Amino acid sequence: MSEPVSNFQKATEKGDFVITAEIGPPKGTNIRPVIDEAEEYLKNGKVSAVNVTDIQTAVMRSSSMVGCKLLIDSGIEPVLQMVTRDRNRLALMSDLLSAYILGVRNVLALTGDHITMGDHPGAKAVYDLDSVGLLQAIGRLEDGTDMGVDFKGRPNKLDGKPEFFKGCCVTPCADCPEPQVIKLAKKVEAGAQFCQTQAVYDASAFENFISMVGDIDIPILAGIVVLKSAGMAKYMNGNVPGVQVPDSIVKTLSDAPKEDRQKKTVEITAKLIRDLKPLCSGVHLMTLGWDHLVPDIIEEAGL
Amino acid sequence: MIVADRKPLDEIVNMLKPYENVLVLGCGACVSVCLSGGEKQARELAMQLNLRASNEGPGFHADFDCITRQCDREFTENLEKDPANFDAVLSIACGVGVGFMSELYPETPVLPGLNTTFYGANTAPGTWEEYCHGCGDCVLAWTGGICPIARCSKSLINGTCGGTHDGKCEVRDDLDCAWYMIYERLKQLGRLDEYRKMREPRDWGENRSGGPRRLTHEEVMELEEEVSNV
Repeated sequence: MSEPVSNFQKATEKGDFVITAEIGPPKGTNIRPVIDEAEEYLKNGKVSAVNVTDIQTAVMRSSSMVGCKLLIDSGIEPVLQMVTRDRNRLALMSDLLSAYILGVRNVLALTGDHITMGDHPGAKAVYDLDSVGLLQAIGRLEDGTDMGVDFKGRPNKLDGKPEFFKGCCVTPCADCPEPQVIKLAKKVEAGAQFCQTQAVYDASAFENFISMVGDIDIPILAGIVVLKSAGMAKYMNGNVPGVQVPDSIVKTLSDAPKEDRQKKTVEITAKLIRDLKPLCSGVHLMTLGWDHLVPDIIEEAGL
Repeated sequence: MIVADRKPLDEIVNMLKPYENVLVLGCGACVSVCLSGGEKQARELAMQLNLRASNEGPGFHADFDCITRQCDREFTENLEKDPANFDAVLSIACGVGVGFMSELYPETPVLPGLNTTFYGANTAPGTWEEYCHGCGDCVLAWTGGICPIARCSKSLINGTCGGTHDGKCEVRDDLDCAWYMIYERLKQLGRLDEYRKMREPRDWGENRSGGPRRLTHEEVMELEEEVSNV
């Protein structure tokens, strides 16, 4: 096996139970608070890497790449999220080279929510590549070529090639998991080395998924979107495909007095982590701005 | 077939403002079948325009005509009214017909009365749905006859995305997830191996990214040449 290219990869190879977190760049230029919060709450030795979302839910905002660069400057290892919705293969490969030049070593390849979900529904969707194609593109760059050919039909050569720890996503609790599992296998065949999943709230559904994954041998980090309120949990149940928050969790949140709500959020998340821990290689915490709870969640989960 | 939808009447009226004597020209092909641009719709639209104009004062008059196909030169011989005698033609063919008529009658403005939408099938009474994208590189052999380029909102080629739920697409609850349909169909055919196969990134050069497309049958061109030489 070749040398790990990032601390995140190193941690997964060591067999540690890995924690990753996530930040979203702002809609506007005021990115400092997001980076400062990451520095205060996510830079604690327990969080291996921090994902930076790429125009998540198709809502226009500043880029994943700039978020990654500022995290690197703050001594935090980023995961560049990359969706195929907004850029064709030329722009994606160009950004991959650029990200590598800036020091990014972890990439998460995604298709991305459809443009109609976001705040510019009249924009033109690209989808030149799908997420599998993006992983194939990264593989080409790592081989020192791109996806094009020269006038003699030979692959174009790169002057200096990148090397990434490449990731993918899966929806483990989808109502019909088999097509998801098949696609995950294709992503691994295309070069995915780790997987961060869509949100999981039901350990038994996740166990069912893991039993279907069979011989897919990459570290799988169970995704948890930190639930801020009962309303948010209900919204996710009604609107986010493949995500089902059990009634018991919704009830715990709705019964909690307002001043105890963050404490309940920490307890719920920590319990989920403890339940999921025997089934996966780590967890990916999507806090949606509540980074300040991450240290408490980690402590409460006993990690 | 090509499916098209009538433009709103206000938009058409606005488009025709500079003209007094207008020919509404129907097309007997696809748009006639999808009940948007045939002879009946040409007659009705001309009547609607005349009624609207009569409320706003004299001066405007719309007539109508219809030919078998507006995308083929030979059928213009069947025109009962000469477009050259009108200030403008409002074509209610698909965009192909509008463009082709514009070329045939360079002195007359030819305006679109429809929005051309997609290649579709008549799936229920009064309903047409998109089935083909005209991508130039057909994949239906390995997708159980269900086109992911046309019918998956993201034109994915390697399977479902995370937005699929209860067999539906994340874009709209009344939209079937194409890859869920493909999965079910391939399973039914005993061909899930086709789903498992890696599909390489597509060459979109055949799909308009290579510029406007042209189909040439050399043998037909040669035959025409021989006939004209005799």
